[in-house]
Amino acid sequence: MSVITWKYASPQYFYPLAGKMIPWFSLLAVIFGIAGLWLGFFVAPTDAQQGEGYRIIFIHVGASWMSMFLYLVMAFWAGIGLSFNTRVSSMMATAIAPTGAMFAFLSLWTGALWGKPMWGTWWVWDARLTSELILLFLYLGFIALQAAIDEPRRADKAGAILALVGVVNVPIIYFSVKWWNTLHQGASVSLTQAPSMAKTMLLGMLMMALCFWMYSLAVALMRVRAIMLERERHSEWVANLKEVKS
Amino acid sequence: MGAFGVLSAVVRRDLLVALRRKSEVLTSLFFFVIVASLFPLGIGSEMDLLRKIAPGVLWVAALLAAMLSLNRLFANDYADGTLEQMALSPVPLGLLVTGKILAHWLVAGLPLVLIAPMLGLQYDLSSRALMVLVISLLLGTPLLSLIGAIGAALTLGVRGGGVLLSLLTLPLYIPALIFGAGAVEADISGLGAAGHLSLLAALLTLAVFFAPWATTAALKIALE
Repeated sequence: MSVITWKYASPQYFYPLAGKMIPWFSLLAVIFGIAGLWLGFFVAPTDAQQGEGYRIIFIHVGASWMSMFLYLVMAFWAGIGLSFNTRVSSMMATAIAPTGAMFAFLSLWTGALWGKPMWGTWWVWDARLTSELILLFLYLGFIALQAAIDEPRRADKAGAILALVGVVNVPIIYFSVKWWNTLHQGASVSLTQAPSMAKTMLLGMLMMALCFWMYSLAVALMRVRAIMLERERHSEWVANLKEVKS
Repeated sequence: MGAFGVLSAVVRRDLLVALRRKSEVLTSLFFFVIVASLFPLGIGSEMDLLRKIAPGVLWVAALLAAMLSLNRLFANDYADGTLEQMALSPVPLGLLVTGKILAHWLVAGLPLVLIAPMLGLQYDLSSRALMVLVISLLLGTPLLSLIGAIGAALTLGVRGGGVLLSLLTLPLYIPALIFGAGAVEADISGLGAAGHLSLLAALLTLAVFFAPWATTAALKIALE
């Protein structure tokens, strides 16, 4: 068992495995995406107060969740890479960062589109918007730091420290911003209370979240394969790949 | 030499080095003064407005000034090999790093704290608010040095280090800014600054514990 699983900590074995997984995750992303969008745009009832404009939350909420979750995943893999010196983990962290940044940006953008009709303004300096913006900055810092260092192993480790410092800071930033100002409506999805929204709306949101999840997996795996090829271009296993030979 | 002896030796050495390069020390101080003086010119001289924006402006200016001086925290020692000798010495690197951060604060942070009341007067802050400003900066500037040291160590010898350093550290400075400027604002509005100052002190305690450790790890990576 352990021999089989640890094997995939080597780029040589993870590369083909990732290649096999990508089509499945892509397919799932498409299926969940179609289901989520269909539920969101055609099935979910029009909101009594917010009209049709609220439908952007089907994308907005999933994107926000994903942007925060991906930062944790990224920091996790970066931390594993730092402590166990495993190359694939660090490559995974590098591969996740742009997707996380994209979701943070998407969340801010859709939030602005939602805010204009609802609050009458594109942007308010409220806790959740501000911390999402800061999260985007943290992603950009991580990407910029890694891009500035030529030596891949040093880039991995420096990025890992930054990501871990960021993880410690994210809750501090979140609460400091929250105490600083809170204007945003309360959390719209709560696990403890019965959800106040229609079942179909919740389902649509979950479908979109799953779609983003699958999309992230597929894209991160694609990117990690590219990183592997780039870093290991002088190794024998890359030279022996079918797609490289032809 | 005990831990305290090592610490004071590093601090004394860094202070001596700073004393030999006075211009560098003064540059960030003047930067602070100039930035704080620019705002009334840009915004207008209405005293009501200035009093309102003073905490935020002074704190942001302090933030930028502290960041400006971060570059040289490790860069010179890295360039001439001193840092490598420090890493090789039998004394734990974390202790030496703590000493360097402390020296950096004495050189770059403390002058800001001392000159801040003067700038606060330009913004017509009451003496009470000035006192809170000084206390908040006294707690906040070491925090800036500690967090900034991590960024400085990570960007050591990296392409475009200076700009990158600001990109990395400024988001991490946000809690310090919020509670620091918030303390003065809370005092002005009559809410009392104790809560904000306590949180600032808590952050400082946390940073004193973690930041030298993270900085050391980052330095070791840079020296590999």
